[in-house]
Amino acid sequence: MDRALASDAKTAAKPIISFRDITKRWGSTLAVDNVSLDIEPGEFFALLGPSGCGKTTLLRMLAGLEVPSEGHVYIDGKDMGEIPPNKRAVNMVFQSYAVFPHMSVADNVAYGLKIDGVPQAERDKRVKEALDLVQLGHLAERMPDQLSGGQRQRVALSRALVKKPKVLLLDEPLSALDAKLREAMRFELSQLQQKVGITFIMVTHDQDEALAIASRIAVMNKGSIAQLGTPSELYEFPASRFVADFIGSVNMFEGTLVDDKPTEATVACPDLDPHRVHVPHSVPGKAMSPVWVAIRPEKMTLHKDADAPPAVPECPAAHNVARGEIKEISYLGDISIYHVLLANGRLVRISRPNRSRWDQDNFTWGEKVWVSWTGSSPVVLQS
Amino acid sequence: MAERRAPLEYNRLWQMRAWLFAVFFFLYAPLISLVAFSFNDSKRTTVWRGFTLRYYEKLFTNDNLLLAFANSLTIAFVATLISLVIGALAAVLLWRYRFPGKAAVEGAFTLPLVVPEICMGVAMLLFFTRVLPWPNNLIWPFNLGSIIIAHASFCFPFVALVVGARLASFNKEQEEAARDLGANDWQAFRDVLLPHIRPALIAGSLLAFTLSLDDFVITFFTSGPDTVTFPVKVYSMLRFSVTPEVNAASTMLIVLTIMLMVVMMVMQSKSQKKNKG
Repeated sequence: MDRALASDAKTAAKPIISFRDITKRWGSTLAVDNVSLDIEPGEFFALLGPSGCGKTTLLRMLAGLEVPSEGHVYIDGKDMGEIPPNKRAVNMVFQSYAVFPHMSVADNVAYGLKIDGVPQAERDKRVKEALDLVQLGHLAERMPDQLSGGQRQRVALSRALVKKPKVLLLDEPLSALDAKLREAMRFELSQLQQKVGITFIMVTHDQDEALAIASRIAVMNKGSIAQLGTPSELYEFPASRFVADFIGSVNMFEGTLVDDKPTEATVACPDLDPHRVHVPHSVPGKAMSPVWVAIRPEKMTLHKDADAPPAVPECPAAHNVARGEIKEISYLGDISIYHVLLANGRLVRISRPNRSRWDQDNFTWGEKVWVSWTGSSPVVLQS
Repeated sequence: MAERRAPLEYNRLWQMRAWLFAVFFFLYAPLISLVAFSFNDSKRTTVWRGFTLRYYEKLFTNDNLLLAFANSLTIAFVATLISLVIGALAAVLLWRYRFPGKAAVEGAFTLPLVVPEICMGVAMLLFFTRVLPWPNNLIWPFNLGSIIIAHASFCFPFVALVVGARLASFNKEQEEAARDLGANDWQAFRDVLLPHIRPALIAGSLLAFTLSLDDFVITFFTSGPDTVTFPVKVYSMLRFSVTPEVNAASTMLIVLTIMLMVVMMVMQSKSQKKNKG
């Protein structure tokens, strides 16, 4: 194992973090199930998944707050083994921020340096720099209970960054903030990461947050990595129903692969009957095997009712269409979401941007409509 | 015209005021009369014959009483220190670790709170005469050892209780944060957990000190002829007659306890201010 890793390091860029065959058990429950993962230097990496998927456990094993039942954690090529948290070159921003309530802001930030025996003069300089980095320089003498939630989070950030870690770990960094502030902090976090230039690893259950900030995301489910990729890869090319459903919203149709040629494939879905789904590429999977078709709401189009189905470019007639009735419209300002009840009793979500201030089509409740999508919109999934 | 009473303004009901007056009267009237009669210029305590400080003079020249007083303070001080350490450690142990038989240990710690004092007293008497005879010819203050041990054994559960309640509100991520920032186990305890439980340590030691200072039953069973404490001494003085001297002695004890309370409360509010900023 060690030798294999060493030879890897010579050829490829050396990962800053490596998980190798990590398993974590709590009694009989499996929190993390044989995970291997490399994280490159300078990445803003996100571990994304529902609660209980093992993402926080993975992060805590990196910090040394948990010990893996099996497998190895490498930080900058060094096997961490039983090395305690205080001897690891990573620092963490906790979900509750865990700012020390009996210390001033400056003392909080100075704590790690004091423990390390950094001389007073250098300590003061670095504390000031770290506080300025998060725009808290003017609040150095405040006590934590005089700070807002957002300011407390900056203290936690500054306190971790002042130690110049190789990797900064963030456990649900934005979950305790209100919606407006969360949006602003997303932007600020990625700015901060670019400024300090170190690797950030963030744990989150919020897919919007992960998509907005991270350069690469590992979607986790039940202790394993379901898919690893950039935000757009995960959104546009999900590998499984779980990922398609967890990231963004999706209309999922169960069906049968009735025709699979090298250049095109056709899926028959009972929910869409008599119409079928056509894609201009081959689909992995045997003919007549069960598959799922996933289509994002913004990739579906609404048409006014007519006797004949609307024509879809580069698509056989009466494919990639469905007829239904608008049951619900959620007006969200920038977009509107239409819930359309198909003839077969299936509800689909369609989102439309409100490009002009007056909607020319003026779709309304109870209106009969056609729904269509292009051949490149659906993703055909095996599992 | 008087303003109308708001629905929850119970303090403006005359029944409530009468009740409050009754409570305060029965709580404090005996204490006030005790203090007042300590200045009474009479052998008997029932009739007022004029003001005097004679009994306080007598008090401060009564070597036996002064020794008893010194004994009480010494015992309370040492027993408080011991129960502070044992109690805090017990609370941290029960809060932090899960181990087989934890419930039994927890029960054993709280046993001294529920066992009747008289049983504790008899048990201590038997223990220090039969099982582990405490030599009674030691020099002061070592002759107080058995009483100190007895006091610590019923005081530490109170400390453990108060500290345990405070620990429940501790955010464990703070300790993890300290470890993450480079602190070892001891430094994390000293810099994060200890400041958090400091108010509970102060409150617990105040509790232990006053409990030890005025304990009568258990001390009565464990004290010997040379190790009389203040409450036991007052009791023996009472057996002959209720003299103003006893009143004066009791007044001194009340004043001392109140002073201690004030000091501790000031310390606590300071540490709370420090905690909050």
